[in-house]
Amino acid sequence: MVDPMNHPIVSVRDLAVEFRQHTGTVRALEAVSLDLHPGRVLGIVGESGCGKSVTARAMLRILDRNGSIVAGKVTLDPGTSHEQDLTALAPEGSEIRSVRGGRIGLIFQEPMAALSMQYTVGNQLMEAIRVHRDPGKEKARERAIALLNEVGIPRPETRVDAYPFQLSGGLRQRVGIALALAAEPDVLIADEPTTALDVTTQAQILALLRRLQRDKQIALMLITHDMGVIAQMADDVAVMYLGRVIEFAPVRELFRAPRHPYTKALLRSVPDLDAKPRQRLATIGGAVPQPGARPSGCPFHPRCPDAMPGRCDTKAPAPVAPGAAGAACFLVEDAAA
Amino acid sequence: MLMYIGRRLSLALLTCVAISILTFIIIRLPPGDFVDAYIANLAASGGTVTAEQAQSMRHEYGLDRPVYIQYALWISRVVQGDFGVSMMWRRPVTEVIGDRLWLTMVVSFAALFLTWTIALPIGIYSAVRQYSIGDYIATMLGFIGLAVPNFLLALILMYFGFRYLGLSVGGLFSAEYAQAPWGWDKVWDLAKHVPLPAAVLALAGSAHQIRIMRANLLDELRKPYVITARAKGIPELRVIMKYPVRAALNPFASSIAYVFPYLVSGSIIVSLVLGLPTVGPLLLQALVAQDMFLAGTIVLLLGIMTVVGTLISDLLLMWIEPRLRLTGRS
Repeated sequence: MVDPMNHPIVSVRDLAVEFRQHTGTVRALEAVSLDLHPGRVLGIVGESGCGKSVTARAMLRILDRNGSIVAGKVTLDPGTSHEQDLTALAPEGSEIRSVRGGRIGLIFQEPMAALSMQYTVGNQLMEAIRVHRDPGKEKARERAIALLNEVGIPRPETRVDAYPFQLSGGLRQRVGIALALAAEPDVLIADEPTTALDVTTQAQILALLRRLQRDKQIALMLITHDMGVIAQMADDVAVMYLGRVIEFAPVRELFRAPRHPYTKALLRSVPDLDAKPRQRLATIGGAVPQPGARPSGCPFHPRCPDAMPGRCDTKAPAPVAPGAAGAACFLVEDAAA
Repeated sequence: MLMYIGRRLSLALLTCVAISILTFIIIRLPPGDFVDAYIANLAASGGTVTAEQAQSMRHEYGLDRPVYIQYALWISRVVQGDFGVSMMWRRPVTEVIGDRLWLTMVVSFAALFLTWTIALPIGIYSAVRQYSIGDYIATMLGFIGLAVPNFLLALILMYFGFRYLGLSVGGLFSAEYAQAPWGWDKVWDLAKHVPLPAAVLALAGSAHQIRIMRANLLDELRKPYVITARAKGIPELRVIMKYPVRAALNPFASSIAYVFPYLVSGSIIVSLVLGLPTVGPLLLQALVAQDMFLAGTIVLLLGIMTVVGTLISDLLLMWIEPRLRLTGRS
């Protein structure tokens, strides 16, 4: 359980994001509330297009130009004298830039595309080091080599002068992690960090992330669509569907007793080693609705086996209250009442 | 890397040989030869040439020998730096071309430099602020620039330059310097005359290059490494300039190869209108008069310039693109 004495380092409240498109405005996030705690891993899980990555980018204010935060707050160091609402900062100003990399580091999905092929690993690492606290070129290079060593890259003193295209996918993702750690942030957001890697490399990268997160007491927000990764890594889990957090729970509780019909369906569709031969995998009926065609009422009702006609399709259940386990579902509300 | 350079060099040499053969064929393609054209010219002004005189002229210029002998004679002297005698001017080709080659290069490089200083910033702005009012204005001006013929622009600028600014327009030199020997004041006079033709030549080119830069950069801006750079906390201008712009510049390095000969051959009409002592108008006259040594030399020079340009852009690409430098492929 989340320790109430343990203050969050980042708290997201009622965050809503919209994208302007040719066809009109699309709401990508709706009333998203999350807390990140030092030394804990928050897993964010959901199908593609549910708003996981948009949440991460909105927190750092690096949404594409057609996207904007229309409501909500992202507070860094809430409750302290130096708390900052990141949504209130100028998007290209020096305050938000000192948060990017300096307080909140970002790790990407595609290690191939996330590094520039035009500059050496050392050049890109030293830039990330020097932009926040410039120790001078010599010291920055030493630190870059130390970082590469820390993320488990063999022969870091030669690899520092290599170009990303000379490294394997696993090594590139390690460079990506080193890049995110360069300015010693206390929050890390990892956006599908292992999706593009093979299974063996995935396990190594996850172990590395886990070790670094524990050693440095980092607040890690781990975005994935893989329930296996969640089970292995997360302390708490937020399940997202169509831009909303529809369930939040500590990881054991979520796997043992899922509340939301969507979470139950997600867990049923995880392949099971004990399954009988030729047994079909469970699937969730229907497909994620198009972004423009958001269903009325509860967004999951068209695919929900337990939908209550006349209720779920007219009114949306209340969003999950931050910090406590719960689900945005009338069934859960009824059971509690 | 040395292998790569060596391969490029030998390819360039082979291409030059092929160009020289092609050049020769092109010169020989139109019916008749220089003597025919010369006779027709004389006849038009009332003179006549006897069959014997024509025959001896043909012999003198080697026009009565087989085609491959004519080519061999021509090319063997070309490699020794002897480009033959211009039949129209009755002076050595090197003398006729003379300063024109260097003046052409000066005008072309000025135009190229201007093209890039106009096109790159506007192209970058258009891509970064896609669909903004500024982007629409740049796009509109770009299309106007593409649509307006160069020579018309030259005429308009000449008119305004002369009428309202009192500039001496046309030519690359003022009257008193045209025949003068080279000196600092002649160079200064040249410098004063270059901007107008360079601007005329640069405008259409810029319109084209703005579109290229905009399209290249739009592709690069969507790539994840831009977000990585942003997430590091570096200022937006540096994010844009260091990463996507750098990547979008590669195609420009390769465009050097064809920009240069285009500036020479594409500028013939502008050079005529502005009375520029460059290679373009000379090529036109030589082709009309079937002056094969002069025309051949110019076409050959243009071809070789293209090959050298390609070589330069290959080396430049290798220098700015580490993947090419280290693996030999992009």
